[in-house]
Amino acid sequence: MRANGGIISELKRNSVLYVMVVPVILYFLVFCYLPMAGIVMAFKNFNYVQKIFRSPWNGFNNFRYFFVSGKAWLVTRNTFMYNLIFIAAYNFFSLVIAIFVAEMSGKLYKKSAQSFMFLPYFISWVVTAALMYNLFNYEFGIVNNILKSLGKKSIDIYSNPKYWYFILPAIYVWKWAGFGSVLYLAAIMGIDQECYEAAKIDGATVYQKIFFITLPNLKPTLAIMILLGLGRIARGEFDMFYQLIGNNGLLMNSTDIIDTLVFRSLMGTLDFGMASAAGAYQSVLCFVILMLANYTIKKMHRDYALF
Amino acid sequence: MRRKGEFLTFDFLTFNILARFVVGFFGLVTLLPFLLLLLNSLSSEHAVIMHGFSFVPQEFSLAAYRMIFNQPIKVINAYAISIFVTTVGTATSLFFSSMAAFVLNRKNVRYRNAIAFFIYFTTLFSGGLVPYYFLIVSYLKLKNTIAVLILTQLFSVFYILILRNFITHTIPESLVESAKIDGASDFRIFLTIVLPLIKPALASIGLFISLGYWNDWWSAMMFNEKENLQPLQFMLYKMFWNISVLGQITGVGYTNPPRETFKLAMTVVATGPVFLLYPFVQKYFVKGIILGAVKE
Repeated sequence: MRANGGIISELKRNSVLYVMVVPVILYFLVFCYLPMAGIVMAFKNFNYVQKIFRSPWNGFNNFRYFFVSGKAWLVTRNTFMYNLIFIAAYNFFSLVIAIFVAEMSGKLYKKSAQSFMFLPYFISWVVTAALMYNLFNYEFGIVNNILKSLGKKSIDIYSNPKYWYFILPAIYVWKWAGFGSVLYLAAIMGIDQECYEAAKIDGATVYQKIFFITLPNLKPTLAIMILLGLGRIARGEFDMFYQLIGNNGLLMNSTDIIDTLVFRSLMGTLDFGMASAAGAYQSVLCFVILMLANYTIKKMHRDYALF
Repeated sequence: MRRKGEFLTFDFLTFNILARFVVGFFGLVTLLPFLLLLLNSLSSEHAVIMHGFSFVPQEFSLAAYRMIFNQPIKVINAYAISIFVTTVGTATSLFFSSMAAFVLNRKNVRYRNAIAFFIYFTTLFSGGLVPYYFLIVSYLKLKNTIAVLILTQLFSVFYILILRNFITHTIPESLVESAKIDGASDFRIFLTIVLPLIKPALASIGLFISLGYWNDWWSAMMFNEKENLQPLQFMLYKMFWNISVLGQITGVGYTNPPRETFKLAMTVVATGPVFLLYPFVQKYFVKGIILGAVKE
């Protein structure tokens, strides 16, 4: 009774404030928490008539198929593998660009290059796919044109999986490095200038400055970025994969990630069991990995932890 | 940055040459695809069929654009949807997000940390796509509405927390306290004192939200089958990959109806505004990124 009185009087006292925050609470309740309850779908034999809560239970059947068919392993491997490569490439190139931009001279050159590098961040993956088409299309693409004029054969990337292990990271970096370099540049700007002054007096070269001052100071930033990326390793870039690859059956095995599998099962083949099982699997996996990542960050730098 | 009195030493020169090469390479690699897109959209279809896309288009032609603007209804409709969703969505999101951020900032709200965790938890665990889909289609019956395009992207935990941090750093407790003493209600304080003071953050966050809405094609793909309810990016997606019947292409009067160049021209038309606005908004985006990156 005492606790109840506490809550109610608190609500009364700050009633306006609580009302002000209700829209946001309501939104997350409806669009985030309600779907969480829907995870039970993964354990049911869903049908439209009885909907989620009345459809019959079927235990782990959906999961069984998901794992036994080999799909689970395939999409998990692809999701993790590509995300790992993305994390490495993205952080590497963002860092390299940031360091060069920070130390180089030539203001106009820098500024224009940076403006261009930031551009890909603004376009949608639909447009990115269009640009790729412009470049790589078998009949008309610019890349094949150049190859033909050099006397070589055209390449059809859309029917050959092995190109994509390189193309996907390249495009990912193309899209995000501009954004990432701004982050690292902000971090570099935060480094104490005194160190650099002292180094200059001691006659340090640019390279020495970078390797002995800039990089060591950026270690925490780099570590956080990598850990945050690893924390999301179970979640793929759906937009990217779906736009660039679409429903290409030839590339399926090497580029199918959990997200695209769930999407296709839900919207395409209407295999709700598979879709919900894979989705539930991903949510749990994501959660566990995020907890681990956060725990690790906490050990290093308390304030950078997610919570 | 070249500091005063720095000598043209060997390492300085080699570094700058290397830097210009690397940075220049990335600048080029990011700029080039867009230039090529534009140039090739201005080529004649005939040239593309004969020679493919190229760096220097052989024949100049506005045929592709003419085709688009001959029957502009679909494009205009898609633009209208996108503009409506973006403006209404951004305004709504900014208003309620900053309002929530304000509440989460007030120390006298006992449950603010609980509420903050409540919304934050949604970034850690989610129900996944499938329940989300059925919630919207079967239970909320939001299929084929404009509302669904706005709702799917309405609030982001990340932006709310950034706004909260911004409020913490820029609005002194004393300001709010004295207003309360003067008898102002919390809502009034939010509207007349807080909102004006956080304008820079609103501008930056607003831009990110707008960009999210503008580039959203997924919501329409999932939920809106009716063509007149589809935003620009989704329309581009359908047209580019010939997903629906490309009803626009009436081959009448064309010896080589612009198919390939049509796709490119369509892309340019769909991305145009982003490019035109880009020079003006670039620095706000950069500020926004730094806002988000620098923790307290």
